[in-house]
Amino acid sequence: MGKGKEQDTRFARFGVVSFTAVTKVNDFIGYLQEGKLMGTRCKRCGKLFFPPRADCFECLSSDMEWFEVKGRGKLLSFAKLSYAPVGFEKVLPYTLGLLDFGDFKVFGWVSKDIPEEELEVGMEMVPRVVRLEGDRLLYEFVKAS
Amino acid sequence: MGRVAIIGVGQSAFVRAYPGSLRELAFEAFKEAVEDAKVKPGEIEASLICSAPEYDRQRSPAGVIAEYLGLIPQPTCYVETVCSSSTTGVIMAYSMIKAGLYRIVAVIGVQKMSELSSMEVQERMGRGADIQWESPFGTMMPAYYALYARAYMAKHGLTLEDLARVRIKSSLYGQINEKAVYRKPVSMEDFLNPESRFAQLVASPLRVGDCCANADGSSCIILASEDVAKSVCEKPVWILGVGSAAEAVTMTGRPDLSEGLRVAKVAAEKAYRMAGLGPKDIDVAEVHDCFTIAEIMAYENLGFAKPGEGKELIRAKETYKEGSIPVNVDGGLLSKGHPIGATGGSQVRTIVLQLRGEAGPMQVKDPEIGLVHNIGGVGLYGNVIIMGR
Ligand SMILES: [Zn+2]
Repeated sequence: MGKGKEQDTRFARFGVVSFTAVTKVNDFIGYLQEGKLMGTRCKRCGKLFFPPRADCFECLSSDMEWFEVKGRGKLLSFAKLSYAPVGFEKVLPYTLGLLDFGDFKVFGWVSKDIPEEELEVGMEMVPRVVRLEGDRLLYEFVKAS
Repeated sequence: MGRVAIIGVGQSAFVRAYPGSLRELAFEAFKEAVEDAKVKPGEIEASLICSAPEYDRQRSPAGVIAEYLGLIPQPTCYVETVCSSSTTGVIMAYSMIKAGLYRIVAVIGVQKMSELSSMEVQERMGRGADIQWESPFGTMMPAYYALYARAYMAKHGLTLEDLARVRIKSSLYGQINEKAVYRKPVSMEDFLNPESRFAQLVASPLRVGDCCANADGSSCIILASEDVAKSVCEKPVWILGVGSAAEAVTMTGRPDLSEGLRVAKVAAEKAYRMAGLGPKDIDVAEVHDCFTIAEIMAYENLGFAKPGEGKELIRAKETYKEGSIPVNVDGGLLSKGHPIGATGGSQVRTIVLQLRGEAGPMQVKDPEIGLVHNIGGVGLYGNVIIMGR
């Protein structure tokens, strides 16, 4: 994954503020760069993980492959924030949401393009990658067309 | 094997900004508990110092606090499960005594949050979530509980008025609790008037009035073996059952949000089984109402109400002091304030005073069995402790 002895710190680009730079699943950021939201699948037992993991807690294998999060998820809940932690003031207000894909769930932003009145628990949404200021990457949910 | 009792309880006033240092704050609750237990600091064989890290400059505060309280050279260590740290401490102390290694153990919960700005506190709270996968989206405690509230309201028809009812009940008892930080009355009008501070959204659907306030405070619980308790204590309160559980940090790893907190359900099942008791046997309870929705979910997770029917308890005032299952009649976190590491000990203290009949104006009529439900993080850790006379 890394280039020679250099640390692969791509994860520092994740989100508005990131709190960690190095992880074995740094390719997640490479995929976001390509516009893809990816999770991991355990090659031994088949368990799906989102967010992606390098290690399977079910069978303790570390032999993983990437899969793309595709299709519609159901909005399980959402919350629009009027206050934010340090570093997020400039992006207020924003909405957090949780999508259910059946085998796994995805936590992320709900697109600011959707007025809060149009959001409802149970609606179908799809994730999309967004690029933020300063070459940073994130994903958000938009209405399924 | 002998039983384990609580022989002394203490709590500082919970305040916005304590005018002293962390160790001085710890001293306040400790002094009250030691005097209550009628033991000398030298007789306490071990101490557990419970708080959430990152609010103090002092690294490894256990040693400093133990020294200040006169608890050396007896062993001490730091116990942390964020907001449930001090009930984790009580359960660990119970185990230490049950194992026969110690006869008297002091559990000291302490938190001094006022040295940080509210925003900085929120940043730290946000990092109580998964820093790799969720904090980069700008998460914080009220937002997570708002996700639970939204899912719950959508499924069970809980209303914003029901949430306000929880806060109104809390304020009734906050007014008569001299150690609470918020002691003013709260009415439905405070939530319905859009100009009111209480009605301002923090993370929809939760409003300012739905959230507890940060506070500085300390608590101390002294536990003892059965033989010690019987010889020094007139009204020992016995620990009948304990249960603990842990949950996925990420929301993606959680079961259905509309069912409340799995940690509370699992911890309660364990505690009830150990005590040989059920929800119907509980005469008075303290639940972790860091947000109004949390109290409603607690009613159900503890079995006081069936799933989806928690709202009926608050609508019918069954959780008031005169009701069938009084809950948080000391004002709860919503009125007392929430000094993270001290909160669980404060809940235990309230139940001990209730069971002794020493709760003053907050006293419930003749309770025999009491329960504490204390949650760490957003349902990340859960402890349930059942006590009896
Ligand atoms: Zn596996």
